Amino acid sequence: MQEIISRLEELFAEGKINRVLGWKKGDLPYNPEPAYFESAEALKDFVYDGFCGANLSKYFIQGSAFEGVTAILLKPCDTYSFNQLIKEHRVDREKAYIIGVGCKGKLNVEAIKAMGIKGITDIKGAEIDGDCKELTVETLYGDKIVAYKDAMLERCHVCKGKEHMVYDELLLESADTLDGDRFAGVEAIEAMSPEEKFEFFRKELSKCIRCNACRNVCPACSCRKCVFDSNKFDSEQKANVDPFNESMFHIIRAFHVAGRCTDCGECSRVCPQGIPLHLFNRKFIKDINEYYGDFIAGENAEEKGPLTNFTLDDMEASERR
Amino acid sequence: MSIKGEEFRPQIVAFCCNWCSYAGADLAGSSRLAYPADVKIIRVPCSCRVNPMFILRAFEKGADGVIICGCHPGDCHYSTGNYYARRRMTLLFSMLDYVGIERGRTRVEWVSAAEGVKFSQTMNEFVETIRGLGKNVRLGDLRCKK
Amino acid sequence: MVKIKKENLNELYKLISAEKSLFVPAKKAGQTNYALYGAETEVDLDTLKTVKSAKELFFPQSETLYNVKTVDNKYSVTQAELQNEEFVAFGVRGCDIKGIEVLDKVFLSEPVDTFYKARREHGVIVALSCNEPEESCFCTVFGVDPADAKGDVTATFSGDYLYMKANTEKGEKLLADCASLLEAADESEIADEKAKIAEILGKLPYANLSLEGWHGGATEEKFNSALWEELYKPCLACGTCTFVCPTCQCYDIKDYKTADGIQKYRCWDSCMYSDFTMMAHGNNRTSQMQRFRQRFMHKLVYFPANNNGMYSCVGCGRCVDKCPASTNIIKVIKAFSKEGK
Repeated sequence: MQEIISRLEELFAEGKINRVLGWKKGDLPYNPEPAYFESAEALKDFVYDGFCGANLSKYFIQGSAFEGVTAILLKPCDTYSFNQLIKEHRVDREKAYIIGVGCKGKLNVEAIKAMGIKGITDIKGAEIDGDCKELTVETLYGDKIVAYKDAMLERCHVCKGKEHMVYDELLLESADTLDGDRFAGVEAIEAMSPEEKFEFFRKELSKCIRCNACRNVCPACSCRKCVFDSNKFDSEQKANVDPFNESMFHIIRAFHVAGRCTDCGECSRVCPQGIPLHLFNRKFIKDINEYYGDFIAGENAEEKGPLTNFTLDDMEASERR
Repeated sequence: MSIKGEEFRPQIVAFCCNWCSYAGADLAGSSRLAYPADVKIIRVPCSCRVNPMFILRAFEKGADGVIICGCHPGDCHYSTGNYYARRRMTLLFSMLDYVGIERGRTRVEWVSAAEGVKFSQTMNEFVETIRGLGKNVRLGDLRCKK
Repeated sequence: MVKIKKENLNELYKLISAEKSLFVPAKKAGQTNYALYGAETEVDLDTLKTVKSAKELFFPQSETLYNVKTVDNKYSVTQAELQNEEFVAFGVRGCDIKGIEVLDKVFLSEPVDTFYKARREHGVIVALSCNEPEESCFCTVFGVDPADAKGDVTATFSGDYLYMKANTEKGEKLLADCASLLEAADESEIADEKAKIAEILGKLPYANLSLEGWHGGATEEKFNSALWEELYKPCLACGTCTFVCPTCQCYDIKDYKTADGIQKYRCWDSCMYSDFTMMAHGNNRTSQMQRFRQRFMHKLVYFPANNNGMYSCVGCGRCVDKCPASTNIIKVIKAFSKEGK
């Protein structure tokens, strides 16, 4: 981590950057927050460790409005989102100095808590300079050892790879974290009967509190005014009045980012009710790959997306599997 | 097609493009070809005008089935609209299958202005399918049910 | 004071639920929220904090106010029924009970909210002491004792037993109704447990959080502070903090066109949303900084100004746990005390 700070200090000193968009130390061992650092001195609060899961790409929509150049720290998977935002002209590439930082998998404190671990006072082993194999969780009720892998976010188990798609320079080593099948969850649902599918989604979606965190954190959801914030129609955007509202919201949310979603996994990370929202997005990704050829959103900033494109002999809707 | 009170009369919403399918429906009418009155046609400028929200809103407000009709691929009045619509609807319907909505409740059909017969046949078939499936209970707002 | 063996708790739930609606923290698809007890319910008293607070039992996220129907070309208006049967809220933590006290100030003062009042009158709260407070808890800062939560009944786990003590008439009646399952016990039996909890409370990371400078008279200096410009930046403008909060009480009233009329309903609203209190001329608060500031100013300055110094934060720590951007009320309070203003 010191390597990043030293490099940023250099960039400040050389006058190449006006500010940094990175992560700031939290007051608990696991809650760093996205933050702007306006000077080299401010970097004393900078942190980059296993808990810096937040994708900073979306913050750069706001960052693009600031004067001068902002150094932005992006993990490999974040760069897909950034590319996508460049493609959609939502961020200003000229104003960004992208530092691609290595990633050894990002952690999910909810996963640690789900193991029954309470009263966390300190977590050791999440440092990016370490080997990221084991966490020592100190709690008010004694110390616990947790395998790093078991505390990782779902998205890291199905990592897209540790290569940065867009950057000005790279820092720090990455470690491979892929150990799962990205579409296994989708396939398991596809294999169910319509009744079972309906039951499954009803159970998950009935937890939804309509906080819109999944939408607001999503780098692909960058509309100035969301269709769900419109008062032109009476479907509710902030209340779970009827089960239909939840289904509609989540289907449309995923549809609006279909072909643009990079599967960065932020929606599932932030859901306060732990709804596996990626299952919606991945279904679209899987269908797009199967029906229209493999496509990875954000791999570059030029290629047309699958829903803004067509071929003369696309399959008919009735031929869907 | 008896009109007894107790018989299930599905509510069908058909989105028809102005240039082909709506004219096809007109032709079916002027040729005195019968199709069930359960089908409510909504005219849209082009099949690609159909926002996925329209389809979900139709279900919300009580539709038992939704069908989208447009010009045959290659014949779009705006050259390419229906190609985009085809991709969108394929993905949306696949998603509806995925969340457990019965597969037959959604359909896309290409109907030209000259195909009055096809229009009436398609609608008859679709209404039969929906009758077989029964009332749509999985994707509607309870408050809109009588 | 009475006690019941842990393994007999299911009998207790069955007994209570046979007579009236019983709401318990229940695990569903991996998360714990309050739910109506039934044969299938997986009761979860181990999870310290339900995702949504007990607020929703008295002030649900959405509720119908009245329905308008057209019959023979005439309108008929039917008011939604008020709660008219007793119900039991089991396992409510001290912070949530304090949250309900805050809501009482809002909804039970003139003009009284009849929907809320009816639920408060018919609800019996069985409070549950927190045996294992967590790192995000700071209820003691707001004067809550999580080892002795004040509901109609106070329940505390110790050893193999759940000890219960009635604090009100309603509570006494509930315990009398369940007498067949309960054994007599003495207050001294849970003294050790209480001492243990008190010891942990002192060790919590936020135990010594200072609220100095936050009071009803601080509007001018806090409102105009330059700190807000920095603090709001991570905020994503979602409504997570407000929807999991036990004291956020803002709501919106909306219409919905039903099959044969109009449903008038209200639902929780969030001051974090851009359309919050939207009026014909637009919105009073046009930037996210203003919306962010509003939430904390309301909790720590405006509410105490109007309610004899009572804060509308109870220190449950849900926003600390759930904020997607890890910004929260603690960070705000700390940022201000660091600046010394």
